[in-house]
Amino acid sequence: MSASIATSQTILVVGGGIAGMTAALEAAECGRQVILAEKQPMLGGRTALLYRYFPKMCHPVCGLEINLRRLRGNPNVRVMTMTEVTAVSGRRGDYTVTLKTRPRYVNENCTACGDCGNAVSTTIPNPANYGLDKIKAAYLPHGMAYPQRYVIDPSIVGTAEGEQAKAACKAGAIDLGMQEETVTLKAGSIVWATGWRPYDAAKIQPYGYGRIANVVTSVEFERMADPHGPTGGKLLRPSDGQEAKNIAFIQCAGSRDENHLRHCSRICCMASLKQTQYVREACGEDGRSTIYYIDIRAIDRFEDFYQSVQNDPTVRFIKSKVARIALDEQSGNPILHGVDTEGAHRYANAHDLVVLAVGMVPEVTGVALPEDILLDSSNFIEGSQSGGMFGAGSAASPLDVNRSVQSATAASLRAIQVIHQTASTEAV
Amino acid sequence: MTTANQTARAKYENDFLKEVEANVEEGHWVRMCMQCGVCAGSCPLGDAWAHPPQKLFMMIRAGKREEVLSSDAMWMCTSCYNCIVRCPRKLPITHIVHGLANYAHRLGLAPKGQPTRQTAALFWNNLVKKGRVNELKFSLALYFKDGFGQGIKNALGMQAVGLGLVKAKRLNPMEILGGHGIENLSGFKAMIDKAREIEDRKKGLAG
Repeated sequence: MSASIATSQTILVVGGGIAGMTAALEAAECGRQVILAEKQPMLGGRTALLYRYFPKMCHPVCGLEINLRRLRGNPNVRVMTMTEVTAVSGRRGDYTVTLKTRPRYVNENCTACGDCGNAVSTTIPNPANYGLDKIKAAYLPHGMAYPQRYVIDPSIVGTAEGEQAKAACKAGAIDLGMQEETVTLKAGSIVWATGWRPYDAAKIQPYGYGRIANVVTSVEFERMADPHGPTGGKLLRPSDGQEAKNIAFIQCAGSRDENHLRHCSRICCMASLKQTQYVREACGEDGRSTIYYIDIRAIDRFEDFYQSVQNDPTVRFIKSKVARIALDEQSGNPILHGVDTEGAHRYANAHDLVVLAVGMVPEVTGVALPEDILLDSSNFIEGSQSGGMFGAGSAASPLDVNRSVQSATAASLRAIQVIHQTASTEAV
Repeated sequence: MTTANQTARAKYENDFLKEVEANVEEGHWVRMCMQCGVCAGSCPLGDAWAHPPQKLFMMIRAGKREEVLSSDAMWMCTSCYNCIVRCPRKLPITHIVHGLANYAHRLGLAPKGQPTRQTAALFWNNLVKKGRVNELKFSLALYFKDGFGQGIKNALGMQAVGLGLVKAKRLNPMEILGGHGIENLSGFKAMIDKAREIEDRKKGLAG
């Protein structure tokens, strides 16, 4: 797209996950011009990587599809994938933004036929499955990917395989000469919907993530349960591929901990409660889920869901922060050590698989942001001093999908207000 | 008018919690404990304790003064610091536990004959006499703490080690006659007395 389209009445939304898509669409449907910049090659963010939502246990595909349909039908939103914001200058109502777009090496002629993928043999860790499996270096990010267009990994560009992929493309969509592009745009208001990333579980040293194969994170478990995931939806142990039936969930893995993340990540209790139902789905009455917790924070109307899981005889709750995990070399079983604070019983419980309910780290952690941006002590975006930029979704606070959408709608409205004020000032 | 919350709060705002907060070293941290149990699970002594830290803190908040101060749990701590390292609220657990032990000892409520307590008392009494530890006297005091007969047995059992130390000039048998002190003994004693005075004031034991 050409840079001249954006004016000081344009809203820039940074991040194309559920919050960014929502913020962009709400503003666009109010008639505002929106640029939606996404770092990944596709929209949907981490929401697209979920198997099911709590509490209704429905699939994210449904909600994403509705949003993608809204997006396709709305000429006011310009989507820029593989694009990051590198600089912001100016002020409320008149920002100048520099965006950097990485080359996809595939243009809009792509029909997503898959011939390039078939022509290539090099594989890369699959980002859509948190690297749990491999995909071809010419790939469609995932089935729901928007834009529905392949990506050529830079590792095969300039190699014979890159040329093979290009030769295989009947649509003439592969352009191996694509270069990184930088554009400068105007925007009146900016919504930061930059989302979150899972806390690095390897930093929680006593839990052995990275050392013990059968200790995985909640986001990895989410992919394992998904039919499109690395195990085809089967709950298989990474160590030996055996079916995992006796699964432990450790809450507050990183969250509510002065040594790791100070904040409560809010979603993890509900996520683990939800994931116990994946175990039931996979193993029926033979499944065993054990939740190790400090206290269960099923906020708001989720208490009902909590109670229904409590009534599930395959789910057990142990009030204890696990002290450490040891490995039983022979069986590959992780052994959880700790004290059940209800009665102060010491335990050493063996499980087939351990799921660490990892906390949410704002994706902007460690990133240089405009000076005007206000962050809280956990790096969530509170807003900006001049009120021209807003945080939305899990960039603003640890939120689930539902609340991210609410937060994004609110941020969108505030951004529209800024544009309105700018427009009326300009009219005078 | 009191709400259920206020009633519950009053129950836990008992005198013993206030006493611990005021008088025990680092005691003001006790109310910060969220009862996750990671300290109890991380303690390498495990079952040796009747009351792991998390349980001690809950007992303090429940006002169980006698049970806490007469517990031998605080005396089992080896200061490995595992609990401090893992505590998600960064409570100085090891220090609180030692603070509780010291407080119970000063009040005379700590368990009689508890070996760690006995050893600590012998060490301290030995140290303050001359400003340095008389190792020979300290060893002998330890050998004989459980009676004369047992003392002779202990001493004979350690005979070879003792002679070895003498030969290697690591142990002077003449130290038995009182032993040498530090240069400025009266200055040292004045310092200890002052420290005791400050401590007593802090622990509410003065006068």
